[in-house]
Amino acid sequence: MQSVWTLLSWGSEGWLDDIAYGAFITVCLALATLPVGLLIGFLIALSKQSNERSLRLAGDIYTTIFRGLPELLTLFLVFYGAQIGIQQVVRLFNPDAAIEVNSFVSGMIALGVVFSSYASEVFLSAFRAIPHGQYEGGFAVGLSKAQTMRLVVLPQLIRIALPGLANLWLILLKDTSLVSAIGLTDILRQAGVAARVTKHAFLFFGIAALIYLGLAILSSIGINAIERWVGKQEVQR
Amino acid sequence: MSASTQTADSVERPPLPPHGWSRQRVLGTALVALWALLGVGLVAYLVSAWNTEMFQKYAPGYVSGVGITISLVAISIVAGAILSVPVAYGRMSRNPVVASLAYAYVYFFRGTPLLAQAFLVYYGFGSFRPQLDAIGLWSFFREAFNCAIFAFSLNTAAYQAEILRGAIQAVPKGQWEGAASLGLHKIQTLRKIILPQALIVALRPYGNEVILMIKGSAIVAIITVYDLMGITRLTYSRTFDFQSYLWAAIIYLLIVETLRHGIDWIERRITRHLKR
Repeated sequence: MQSVWTLLSWGSEGWLDDIAYGAFITVCLALATLPVGLLIGFLIALSKQSNERSLRLAGDIYTTIFRGLPELLTLFLVFYGAQIGIQQVVRLFNPDAAIEVNSFVSGMIALGVVFSSYASEVFLSAFRAIPHGQYEGGFAVGLSKAQTMRLVVLPQLIRIALPGLANLWLILLKDTSLVSAIGLTDILRQAGVAARVTKHAFLFFGIAALIYLGLAILSSIGINAIERWVGKQEVQR
Repeated sequence: MSASTQTADSVERPPLPPHGWSRQRVLGTALVALWALLGVGLVAYLVSAWNTEMFQKYAPGYVSGVGITISLVAISIVAGAILSVPVAYGRMSRNPVVASLAYAYVYFFRGTPLLAQAFLVYYGFGSFRPQLDAIGLWSFFREAFNCAIFAFSLNTAAYQAEILRGAIQAVPKGQWEGAASLGLHKIQTLRKIILPQALIVALRPYGNEVILMIKGSAIVAIITVYDLMGITRLTYSRTFDFQSYLWAAIIYLLIVETLRHGIDWIERRITRHLKR
């Protein structure tokens, strides 16, 4: 039986390098999903706070669906659904084509969609916290609608939405673990491989859990720094 | 004509803004039409792909899958609720050792993915088979369903402890003092004065926690429990028919939406006395 420290060493004997690679993939996936989710979430929030009824309805349908579905099911729907859909389109041109959908991209889409539906609610409540006078003030000093949004509303919006978005980031980080189910070599998948090969399941899954915990702690430190920085901006004004 | 003789009718009002086809309205209508088209497409696909033989073969599995999902969530929520009481007590304790232990518990279970926790219990506890055998718990942890319940209960206990703590601390301190001045015992105060007020605050978070558990319970499919998601994966692996996932999506959405509206109804009902 190998010692625990050999198992956890760096290199061909140990598994630390494999797990570190998994952690890298997890962080990459979360970081790649974040901007997509934020952008879609912001657009959905815009549509949900507009005066136009049909726009509100369309946004509400989006959030109802993607907040109601389990994240894992959304992931499978995207992974297999996209595979079947793209395959059928490609077969129109090339009947023998076999398409493999990238699990990283599927994970990015599925997690981004889920993230955006929650983020839209955060943005929406932030929109509601901004008084109407801010828009009128922007109009009064001669700013266009887009300028008012960019220069007046958005800086306040981000400050109000930040705690909610920070929460969603932590949830996103945890949800990336689901992507191991469609074969992406993230932390959990690498830990699972190591556990199967070495029969030290508790050790490796425990380490995986601790890495997630470490990432959460690192994120909290980062979020606190951003909040302090944003708070400082506010004081200066 | 003096201003005083003017009635509300004679005031000249600006005309209503024209309700034309603005850009927003066009976009909104197009998006709603897109959703409607997707909905119609889904129904059309499910109708065209309808296969009575397959339905008879797999529908009972789906029903039992829903049953397993619901029993898994119900047992975990109840067990978690019981377990959350001492954890919440520890979080509010003035004893630094107890408080930090409770904090570490909550931080661990909220900071790591539920899937990792389930793996840790299902695969990881196998490492301790001799010890578990010795205390007679191995037969419990051999079953994937029991492992899922164990992991989920510990997980939801951490979340529920935070909900409970937040709700109790949301009740103003004066309520405790008032009860004390009336000569009520601490437990009486908690049961008759604090909890009824705290539960109104806690209802929505509790409801959200149940919904999160139902959605989170889908991951037990990965540790070979045949809940709704597990049955879906099994059906897909046998038939390669994509509608197996679509049916699961419809069932999950139905369950979650029913729950959401039920919680809204309960909240309206128990806050009637606060409405003016």
